[in-house]
Amino acid sequence: MFEDLKKIFSSSEYLGYYLQGFGNTLIVTFSAALIGLILGFIVALVKIAAEHNKWMKIPAFICNVYTTVFRGTPVALQLFFWCFAVFTIPGFKPYAAILTFGINSGAYISENIRAGISSVDKGQLEAGRAIGLSWTTTMVRIIMPQAVKNIIPAIGNEIIALLKETAIISIVGSTVGTLTFDLNEAAHTISFKTSYIAAFMIAAILYLVVVYIFIIALKLIERRLRKSEKR
Amino acid sequence: MKSANEKNVKEYKAKYLNKRTAPIEPFDPEALLEVQHLSKTYGHLTVLNDINEKIYKGEKIAIIGPSGSGKSTFLRCLNVLEDPTDGYVFFEGFNLCDLKVDINVQRRRMGMVFQSFNLFNNMTILKNITFAPVHVQMQELAKLKRLNLKIKIGNLFKKKDCQVPPIPVETNKKKIKADAEENAYRLLKRIGLEEKANVYPSTLSGGQRQRIAIVRALAMNPKVMLFDEPTSALDPEMVGEVLNLIKELADEGMTMVIVTHEMGFAREIATRVLFMDGGNIMEQGSPEKIFGNPENDRLKDFLSKVL
Repeated sequence: MFEDLKKIFSSSEYLGYYLQGFGNTLIVTFSAALIGLILGFIVALVKIAAEHNKWMKIPAFICNVYTTVFRGTPVALQLFFWCFAVFTIPGFKPYAAILTFGINSGAYISENIRAGISSVDKGQLEAGRAIGLSWTTTMVRIIMPQAVKNIIPAIGNEIIALLKETAIISIVGSTVGTLTFDLNEAAHTISFKTSYIAAFMIAAILYLVVVYIFIIALKLIERRLRKSEKR
Repeated sequence: MKSANEKNVKEYKAKYLNKRTAPIEPFDPEALLEVQHLSKTYGHLTVLNDINEKIYKGEKIAIIGPSGSGKSTFLRCLNVLEDPTDGYVFFEGFNLCDLKVDINVQRRRMGMVFQSFNLFNNMTILKNITFAPVHVQMQELAKLKRLNLKIKIGNLFKKKDCQVPPIPVETNKKKIKADAEENAYRLLKRIGLEEKANVYPSTLSGGQRQRIAIVRALAMNPKVMLFDEPTSALDPEMVGEVLNLIKELADEGMTMVIVTHEMGFAREIATRVLFMDGGNIMEQGSPEKIFGNPENDRLKDFLSKVL
C-alpha cells in the first residue's frame, strides 16, 4: 500500500488527475448549489405567498408538484433522465448533470426555506400587519431576518449532502478533461494502475477535508447569528 | 316568487361564493368605529353572529365573557386582522372590508396590543418603537420625491410661464429618524424603561415587554387602541404595571376597546361594558349596571363564577 501511495505522489499525472477531479467536484457542487438556492428561494416564496394571495395558488400547485417529484425520485434516475432523455445534444452532458443536481437540491432547499419561514411565530406577522406595515414589508424586514437563523444551518447541511452526492456524476460517462471527471472518477481511474485502497483513501480524505472546512464555517456563521439576539 | 328567489340567491352566495350579503347601511358620522351585521364563521362553527355596534370617540369599552364567546375574534375583526365572513367595519367612514380601501393606511391609526406581546425579536427596543413610524414616513417622502421628479420632467416640455413649481419637501431622512427616536425616548421615559432602549426583547420581563408593546402602538399616534387580553400571559405581580399604564392612557382620553378577564379593572376604567356569549352581545351598559344589576341570566351566571 505504501508503495502505491508513493507511486501516486511521485507521479505528476496522477496528482494532476486528483487536482482536476477535485476542481470539477467543487465546480459542479457550487454551480448546482447556486442553481438550487435561486430555484429553492423562488419556490419557497411562491409557496409562502400562496397562503396570503389567492392568485399564487396555481403557481404554488406547480411548485408542490416539483418538490414532490424531485424529492421522491432517486438522483441517479434523474441524472439519466436529463442526460439521455432530455438534453441529448452532444457535449451538453456535463451541464445537464449540473442542472440535474441544481434542480434536485432546489427541491430540498425550498422546503428548508419554507420550513424556516413558517417556524417564525405567527404573532410576528400579525404584529407587523396590525401596526400598518404591508405584507411584503413585514415579510422582508421582520419575518425573514428571524427565519435566516433557521434556514442557514439547514441549507449548509443540504450543500454538504450535495457535495457528496455529486460523486455519482460519472455514471453518465466521463473522460479526462470533461466536467464530469470528478474526484471519485479520478480515484477510480488511478485505482486501475495502482491499488483501490490507496487511490480511494486519498479521495476520501480530500472529500472529508472540504466537508470539514464547510462544517466549521457553518458553525462560525451560526454562532454569529445567534449572538445578535442575545445582548 | 321573486322574494323567494332572492332569498335562495342570497343563501347560495353566502354558502358557496363567500360573498358578503349584508346590506351596507349609512354609517354614523359621529361614531369612530361602527360594526354592521358582523358575522364570522369557520366552516359550520359560528363565532360571531350578526353584531351591530357603534364605538364613539373617548369611550372605553371593556368586553367580557366566557372563553370561546368570540370576544377576541370580535376585536380582531375591528382592524380586519381576521376577515369577517359577512358584515362591515367602518372606521371614521372608511369601510375596512372594502378591498379598495388601503387597509395598511387605516391600521396605522388603530393600535393593537396582543396577549403574547409580539415584539419584533430581531430588533432592539428602540427599533421596535421607531420602525413603523420611520418606515411609513420614508415611504411618504419617497412618494413625494417621485411626484416632484414627475413635475420637473413635465416642466421640461412646458413653456416658461406655465411651468408648475415642485412641491416643497420639508423633511429629510435624517430628520424623520431623529424625530421618531426623540418620540420613542419620550415614550420610554414615560414608562421608565429608557435604559432598555438598546437591548433585545428576549432580555425583558413579560410586564416590560407588554408595556413596550403598548408604547410601540402609541408611537403611531393611533385614534383608538385595541387590547386583546393584555394581561393574560403575565405573572400576577406584573399585571399591575401594565394595567396602570392602560389606566393612564384612559385618563388621557384615548378611545380604547379592551378584551379582559380582569373584572375589577373593567369596572374601574370602562365607560361601557359588553358581555358576549356564543357570538352575540348579550348585554351591555355602564359597569355599574352590568356588575351591580345584571339582567341577563347568562351574565348573572358568569358573574357569579368570576367575581
